[in-house]
Amino acid sequence: MSSGAHNLEKDIKKYKKIYFALLIFTVVTVLAAKFHLAVHLAIILALIIATFKASLVASFFMHLATERPVIYWLLIFTGFFFISMLLLIYVSHYSIYEGLHHVP
Amino acid sequence: MSNEHHEHKLPFWQKYLFSTDHKTIGIQYGVTSLSFLLFGFFLMMLMRWQLAYPEQAIPFIGKFFGEDRAPGGVMVPTFYNELGAMHGTIMVFLGVVPMGVGCFGNLIVPLQLGAPDMAFPKLNMASYWVFLVGGLTMLVSFFLPGGAANSGWTAYPPLANFATIGQTVWILGMVFLITSSLLGAVNFLTTIIQLRAEGLTFMRLPFFVWGQLITSLLLLLAFPPLEAAGILQLMDRVAHTSFFLPSGLLVSGQPLEVSGGGSVLLWQHLFWFLGHPEVYVILLPAIGIVTEILANNIRKPLWGYKTMVYSVIFLGFMSFIVWAHHMYLTGMGTAISAFFQATTMIISIPSVIVLTCLAISLWGGSIRFNIPMLFTLAFIPMFAMGGLTGLPLGLAAPDVYLHDTYYVIGHFHYVVAPGVIFALFAGIYYWFPKFTGRKMNDLLGHLHFWPTLVLMNCIFFPMLLQGLAGVSRRLYDGGATYAHAQGVLHMNEFVSISAWILGLAQIPFILNLLWSMVKPKNVDSDNPWQSTTLEWQTPTPPGHGNFKELPVVYRGPYEYSVPGASEDFTPQNIKDIK
Amino acid sequence: MDVIPYTVEERKDTGVFNAKLGIWLFLASEVMLFGALFSTYVILRIGAEHWPHGASLLNVPIGTFNTAVLITSSVTMVFSWTSLKENNFARFKNFLGITILLALLFLVVKSFEYGAKFEHHHFPKESTFLAIYFTLTGLHALHIIGGIVVLTYFWGPGSKMWETQADRFTNRIEIVGLYWHFVDLVWIFLFPILYLL
Repeated sequence: MSSGAHNLEKDIKKYKKIYFALLIFTVVTVLAAKFHLAVHLAIILALIIATFKASLVASFFMHLATERPVIYWLLIFTGFFFISMLLLIYVSHYSIYEGLHHVP
Repeated sequence: MSNEHHEHKLPFWQKYLFSTDHKTIGIQYGVTSLSFLLFGFFLMMLMRWQLAYPEQAIPFIGKFFGEDRAPGGVMVPTFYNELGAMHGTIMVFLGVVPMGVGCFGNLIVPLQLGAPDMAFPKLNMASYWVFLVGGLTMLVSFFLPGGAANSGWTAYPPLANFATIGQTVWILGMVFLITSSLLGAVNFLTTIIQLRAEGLTFMRLPFFVWGQLITSLLLLLAFPPLEAAGILQLMDRVAHTSFFLPSGLLVSGQPLEVSGGGSVLLWQHLFWFLGHPEVYVILLPAIGIVTEILANNIRKPLWGYKTMVYSVIFLGFMSFIVWAHHMYLTGMGTAISAFFQATTMIISIPSVIVLTCLAISLWGGSIRFNIPMLFTLAFIPMFAMGGLTGLPLGLAAPDVYLHDTYYVIGHFHYVVAPGVIFALFAGIYYWFPKFTGRKMNDLLGHLHFWPTLVLMNCIFFPMLLQGLAGVSRRLYDGGATYAHAQGVLHMNEFVSISAWILGLAQIPFILNLLWSMVKPKNVDSDNPWQSTTLEWQTPTPPGHGNFKELPVVYRGPYEYSVPGASEDFTPQNIKDIK
Repeated sequence: MDVIPYTVEERKDTGVFNAKLGIWLFLASEVMLFGALFSTYVILRIGAEHWPHGASLLNVPIGTFNTAVLITSSVTMVFSWTSLKENNFARFKNFLGITILLALLFLVVKSFEYGAKFEHHHFPKESTFLAIYFTLTGLHALHIIGGIVVLTYFWGPGSKMWETQADRFTNRIEIVGLYWHFVDLVWIFLFPILYLL
């Protein structure tokens, strides 16, 4: 998994940098909210920042950047099924047949 | 490492109750789920009385149901609904799936992998106990005021939101069962990926293990949305939120005092997101069992092994994107309905491929017609019936007519009863000798098999006809008040009588099972069926740790009649052909 | 023969040890669980006639503070693992202890938030927003509690394994760390969605 003490020192330095990045981007998220963008733009911006922060946690704290294919494939399929669940429920819910006046 | 110390002198409670040995846990699951299957069957037998002889007092036992459920022994509608909801819930979640995965999966997978146990033995034990707690929770709900859940096993809001307290306990029970399944899925997936013996590549795995692999992947990713839905329904019922209650809903003419803004369809989506993969969770262990037994009894290699493997992988993947074929009548637009119709039609292909490969495998085989093989051979056309009757349901246009009719009940019972349950029976008869040193009795096996096959058809075929006539499901009176049902009402009595006789036909099986456990050993070999897979290369029964030395695998799973071999089967761990 | 292989050393073809695969499988299921609730949020919000701005109902500074608390607990969790890799058991205990304390702090702050809501009679049933807020943060809080229980076990009685099987124990801390980071990750999404949008 991990080799020598030197690698560990480098890793520790990296973790500290990631930590500060996460704190900074938390502040950025809060400040961005103050701009009162249109709702859909605000959502997109918030999700982009959150996704970036999450990828820092996942890649470095959770070692995903150096993980094995078996883990990647598992997460790829999970992500695919999550997205398709969200999209298909949304589309099914809001595209209703002609003549139906509102969503049941 | 630590197990070696206590292997020999474990007290009873540790050896049999809280065992971490996959074989003991498998038996625990087997005993528990067979008991639940029997109980669920009993619930159905009661329902069939009401359908055959509406408003007539249930004979002998009618008085035991109390004034709330059966005043004067006559079943009231809510009791009928309670029986229906719990029959479905128990059969699916406490019966066939724990049997297929918890029992057969646990017993066979580590052995077929050449592994000493599952990857996480303590987690395995925890899975069983959480399952049992979930099952007992479901049973306890019968004793609550208002009885158990009675809004269908599908628990649709708004009805389920306003149901009696049994529904809340149903949700709690489901949380336990889902947790058990998730822990089990993690265990199975890790075990299959990590603990394969040396030389046992994925394409040398017995098809049974492939079935369990895909099943666990489905359980892992499809159950959590139902858990989420359960949490939301719990919030609706207990905290009076309105996740599933739209604004402006009237109940008994009165507007509800809730915040509104919810959606009943949201429940349906989250439920069926699990619900559809669940049917493959029900199927895949069964089709794995059938494949093992068929391959063993044709004494030649399975035809199309790779094709079957790719088919079930594809099937597992597709199963996540077909679910709304259960929701064609909810007002979805034509485009999205067409999408789900397309994926549903596509998903029928892999099952047909698998069944076809099994059928083609029979050609030119030296077929042995033992009891497991009889159930296996019956599975093929019976499951095909069930699958084919699913097609008009998967197509949106005919489903407009057939949705929620007895046709649906006929369809899914064909796949589950003479389909999956036959496979489970086959597996019991087949693997019984490995764990007990006894083959079950053949005469009793025939007495079990033939009536069961005939009677299941007597029960479920008429349902297809009733459904085509337009008789709706979940009707307390079996359709009696509807003009369109009059022509097929007479079938109710025939179906009910068949169902009760079917119950009698299980007695030879139960007697056979119990007696065979205690009769003298009648098997002279560790491998009485002369099989190639690794579970038969162990002592009978396999000891703790399964193998004295972990086996090395040199060949595929179905090397029967290998040219040049002295026997007509060559086990996977044999290096050179003798 | 009953030793389970690959509990510590990695299997060659997959490159992982058993518990590493096991925890990622579990986390995949958690993605689907929170994903389903997230989908619920999306569906209900889009269909809502009126949806309050998060900041009008929830306290953003407190939420931001809690976010920082959880992120910090994630980094102390990582450092507790690196301490074991450096053979420093005392530092491991310190960092893990801080992680647990930060987790408790998160819960304390959350309980104040909930308490303030209940005091003013703002219950889940009042609106769809509050319903989904309480459900999402409540489920998340249950995961924090579960995490605290496991972390405390490994800080306390579970840490004895360091003396007999150091590698296996280090792996366990890595695994529980993965769970903990996931809980942090969920909050990283929950915070802006509920408090800021």
